[in-house]
Amino acid sequence: MTLLQTAFDAVLGIALLWLAWRALASPNLFRAIVLFIAFGLLMALAWVRLEAPDVALAEAAIGAGLTGALLLAAWARLESATETSRVGDPGEKPNPVPDKAQTGKMACLMLVLLLSGIAAWLGYAVFGLHLLPGGLAEQVATNLDASGVSNPVTAVLLNFRGHDTLLEIAVLLLALLGVWSLSIVRQSPDSAPGLVLDTLSRVLVPILILVAGYLLWAGTHAPGGAFQAGSVLGAAGVLLLLSGWYLDERLSGLPLRAVLVLGLGVFITVAAGLLFIGGEFLEYPPSLAGALILLIEVAATLSIGITLAALFLGGQPDTGTRR
Amino acid sequence: MTPIDFLSAILLLAGGVFFLAGTLGLLRFPDIYTRLHALTKADNVGLGLVVAGLALQTESLAAAGKLLLIWLLVLLAGASVAYLVARTARQREIRPWKR
Repeated sequence: MTLLQTAFDAVLGIALLWLAWRALASPNLFRAIVLFIAFGLLMALAWVRLEAPDVALAEAAIGAGLTGALLLAAWARLESATETSRVGDPGEKPNPVPDKAQTGKMACLMLVLLLSGIAAWLGYAVFGLHLLPGGLAEQVATNLDASGVSNPVTAVLLNFRGHDTLLEIAVLLLALLGVWSLSIVRQSPDSAPGLVLDTLSRVLVPILILVAGYLLWAGTHAPGGAFQAGSVLGAAGVLLLLSGWYLDERLSGLPLRAVLVLGLGVFITVAAGLLFIGGEFLEYPPSLAGALILLIEVAATLSIGITLAALFLGGQPDTGTRR
Repeated sequence: MTPIDFLSAILLLAGGVFFLAGTLGLLRFPDIYTRLHALTKADNVGLGLVVAGLALQTESLAAAGKLLLIWLLVLLAGASVAYLVARTARQREIRPWKR
């Protein structure tokens, strides 16, 4: 490593720490969010320096891009919520009802106990691991031929450690269920985005879909894959939502739900199907591995993309049945 | 150092100068409109020069094409976002700076 690289890494590391501190310490929420996005972008650079382009892509797209968009959307809602409460909206009841606050405290305590328990359990599990010196890279390399793909990261994510990815997709779906249970969003067809935003989305969205397809396909042999492609697809959805596009009411019921669970559904179906033909859970036969991984990744990409866009919407889209 | 390398270096340095000037402007200019002006110069010209310098170093046309695509996308996004920021500022009745 040359002196220049060392200097660059040092500056990068210090900038990361500084940004993280500023983002946490900033009393201004908006400033904290912008700092968080900058942190995510520098973090992606750090992953590039660590020669982990897959993680860098995911960090830039999900960590900085989509999480940033989600935080900004939440901030905008907080702003308008505090404005209406300042005006003193008479139609709304004051939120913390006394005996509800008591149950809230109990629930909080239970949650803290539960989370501490899980944390202790995780810590026990991690410290009990027998770590191999030098990591598992060698084992991955020797078994790469049997995995069905030539990109070692995809091989680990979709084949060797398929359970983890399966659970990650489930977590994403659970997060969306949580958001949906909080509120229903009435999409207004009459918001005018303006000519520039409208044109921008018309040009960018097809390109974003193309890039998502490329990343998905490239994932088998190069950096890319379902999460990266899905987040690009999600970004297209965010752009569409920002430019006033809305999902037709007929599609926001069952069809939307079907796409949302498609990734997890296909993943579980494949995993369980392998049990039936006499294999182990998620142990692909090497001759079919490539095709099965591609199938799972296509389904997961669609679901991840739509889930991220739905998270940005911030609530269950109104299907018109509850009016 | 081949002539190509030399040209690359010149382009990259020129791009760096534009980024430096744009950053300086972003930090030092008095209001949102002038800051946007400084920022878009760094984005458009600075990145264009950097991309041109890097494209000379690529081994295949496909890689150079990808770099060019990045520049075009940044141009599109940069111009649109600058417009949106400026429009929002106008709507909030932020007055342009006067001496």
